[in-house]
Amino acid sequence: MFHLTRKQLIGVGIFLFAIFVGVPLIIGATGRWDFYFTLTSVALLSIASAGVWLTFYIGRINIGQGAFALIGAYVSAILVVKAGWSFWLSLPAAGLFAALVAVVIGIPILRLRGVYFAMITLVLTQVVTLTALALPITNGARGMSSIPLPSGVSLFGIPILPDFASMANTKLAFYYTACVLMIVTYAALYRLVNSRLGHLCRSMQQNEELASSVGVNIAYIRVVIFAISSFFGGIGGAMFGSIAQSVYPSSFQVVDSVNFMLNCFLGGLGYVFGPMLGTLVLYFGWDLLFEFQQYQLLIYSTLLIIIIRFLPNGLLSLRAYKGRDK
Amino acid sequence: MEQILANGVYLGSQYAMIALGLTLIFALMNVLNFAHGQMYVIGGFVTYTFYGQLGVPFVVALAMSCITLVILGALIEKLLFAPVIKGSAREESTMLLAAGIAFFLDAVILLVFGEKQRGVPKIIDGVFNYDFRLIMPYDRILICALAILSIIAFIALMQYTKTGRALRALAQDRVAAQLMGVNVDRYSTIGFALGAMLAGLVGGLLVTITGMNLGMGGPTSIKAFMMVMIGGAGVISGAIWGGIILGFMEAIGLAVLSQYGDITYLLIFVSLMIFLAIRPQGLMGKPWG
Repeated sequence: MFHLTRKQLIGVGIFLFAIFVGVPLIIGATGRWDFYFTLTSVALLSIASAGVWLTFYIGRINIGQGAFALIGAYVSAILVVKAGWSFWLSLPAAGLFAALVAVVIGIPILRLRGVYFAMITLVLTQVVTLTALALPITNGARGMSSIPLPSGVSLFGIPILPDFASMANTKLAFYYTACVLMIVTYAALYRLVNSRLGHLCRSMQQNEELASSVGVNIAYIRVVIFAISSFFGGIGGAMFGSIAQSVYPSSFQVVDSVNFMLNCFLGGLGYVFGPMLGTLVLYFGWDLLFEFQQYQLLIYSTLLIIIIRFLPNGLLSLRAYKGRDK
Repeated sequence: MEQILANGVYLGSQYAMIALGLTLIFALMNVLNFAHGQMYVIGGFVTYTFYGQLGVPFVVALAMSCITLVILGALIEKLLFAPVIKGSAREESTMLLAAGIAFFLDAVILLVFGEKQRGVPKIIDGVFNYDFRLIMPYDRILICALAILSIIAFIALMQYTKTGRALRALAQDRVAAQLMGVNVDRYSTIGFALGAMLAGLVGGLLVTITGMNLGMGGPTSIKAFMMVMIGGAGVISGAIWGGIILGFMEAIGLAVLSQYGDITYLLIFVSLMIFLAIRPQGLMGKPWG
């Protein structure tokens, strides 16, 4: 189904081993339990970034993922708190709702291109934040707090997922959940990119008119891609709200939308795993620089500028350089 | 009603200046300058330092704001944007750079000026009062007049000088301009510096009325993006229209909708999205920018 070469299979194996066995061992040995939260956040943010990357794949700059993450977080929180749903049911519901919103909004705004699309999605983030402040169901600026932890799931009496509230170490549980979600997301993304739909997306990235003239239904594909992208955003946001056990209108702001986009740029737009690497570097780097106190932002932004100045095509383009030299 | 219109003119003239700088940079280099709001804040803080702290005359302080931003803008273009535009496979990589610069300027502002709200003494006292129907402090009228004057000066510069002609040629077609002997690199730098200067000038003007703080950068950038979208990206008349329209919408919204809470901006955003769905290139823009 994935047509991986042996080398790629080994790489994936090492990666899976590292995140499921290696990281807990290292954290256990060093005692830096706070890294679990950092890495969980990285995993979830990279799910949302994967969505942004997908919209890049059809040649659109998406700075609106924060909006869909916020929608997902609110939908899940409202379903769990007010309707009493299980979190595991509310998670796909949050993704689907975000995708539905994306279809409704996407049909008009996906006609825009380039900078116009970038700016309107940026504005969209602001609209969702303001809507969350104005609507009664979202509790306005007070937000939704003390959301219960995900409950257990059992099928025919056999427990499938444990009850998070009764667990001694929810950090580890959340870490594993986030990692599994991230891997499923990127596997889906990889499959999508290497499918017929992926080919059509690449044709749109290069020239929409030409693609349309040879019979690609561009209006349909761009809405579908935008919906999938927002689905990822909604899932990431919903899971984030569940871990933080609270959602506020300020949970995902314009800055977060910009960061999602930066993750993709930094990792490299030509590589499926770019956004994952970009998120890891940006978020982990930001966390590590915490030691520098008030100079944190200065050092962080300086490094960011230096990276883009000397590697304008993203971190993974280093590999491409090496390939060219041979 | 008169009051609302006057507020609209006042807000619109300042917004138009911010949008002009952003649209100029966009037209010349296809760069969406995320750091525009931060440049505006820096302009405000420079005027605050010279006028508020050191007691230099206001006009000199304003000039210092412009000079600082011209130098800053020229350096940013020369050292960062120009090489990145040349080296990147996709034009959009400049967005990452612009966002990085926005973070960087935020960090610099935080370290140099702190995070407190800063204000300066009033330039002139007194309030213009027309039969209690139209009330406007004199300093606001002065700032509004200065802003309109600057806009006129900017348009004159673009229309009647050699630099302006070169910049317009560059905005229309970069390659053609180069073939006609325009020094493209040099005028890109000049254009970027000019755009940054406009942001600094508005900052310097507005610090006398609203004051300045660190957090104003981001929201200002978003407002500037909205104005540029209303008018059409990269078109000078569009930026002015966008600024005026947003200014009036805000003035009317704040007056009419104040009893419903803070929904003015929500309505502006929603109507903007509907407007763009009907006319994607804005009022004056070329299709697909």
